[in-house]
Amino acid sequence: MKNPVGAHYGLGDWLLQRLTAVVMLAYTIGLLAIVVTHHPDSYADWKRMFSVGFVRLATMLFFIALLYHAWVGMRDILMDYVHATGLRLALQVAVGLALLFYLVWSASILWGPG
Amino acid sequence: MSAAPKPRPKYYDLNLAHLPAPGLLSIFHRVSGALLFFPILPGLLYILHLGLGSEDGYARVVAFLGHPAVKLAFLGIAWLYAHHFFAGIRYLLLDLHIGIEKAPSRTSAIAVFVLGIVATAAIGWWLW
Repeated sequence: MKNPVGAHYGLGDWLLQRLTAVVMLAYTIGLLAIVVTHHPDSYADWKRMFSVGFVRLATMLFFIALLYHAWVGMRDILMDYVHATGLRLALQVAVGLALLFYLVWSASILWGPG
Repeated sequence: MSAAPKPRPKYYDLNLAHLPAPGLLSIFHRVSGALLFFPILPGLLYILHLGLGSEDGYARVVAFLGHPAVKLAFLGIAWLYAHHFFAGIRYLLLDLHIGIEKAPSRTSAIAVFVLGIVATAAIGWWLW
């Protein structure tokens, strides 16, 4: 029998919200550990740090996790406080576009020229 | 005849100053999350973009971050991130049914605020 209520994205989102949080926790601790042990303090140091394949991939994974995490979080906030449907949908679209923009921007920073 | 019923509360006091620690933590978790999404994240991406883009951009970022007002703002950002970070860990533990009773959940909420401030102080010490 079909469940008559619900949009059915709740449990999946709830779980992914936590999974992405764990990814970002691990990245934050890892990045802090690298900065504290290597204390980069010049352009060449920072450049070298982000040219390491693993650091780049981990950073990209962080931004992908952040995109999803922030989408769920901002949507929850908007659903709680913005009750006018049209305005809420417009804000959700704006949040989604902003997050996609952040994602593309972070990829271009990590892999782009220069 | 039964005793007169207890007086009902007229309203719930939602004043932030009267919220118990877990409530305050929850509100700050939301506020910090929203602020991190905008405007902090695009700001940090721009700094990363400049700083990793060229030697000249890196020098501009270093000069910018050297201003005392900017350092102070950065400390505020660090606090928002640290609070969101530790409050998030607390929620993950609550999801695993660790510390869900009233007393430990209040203690852990206070611990989140303390850890957030300690982490921010450590970053401040590193900045100055």
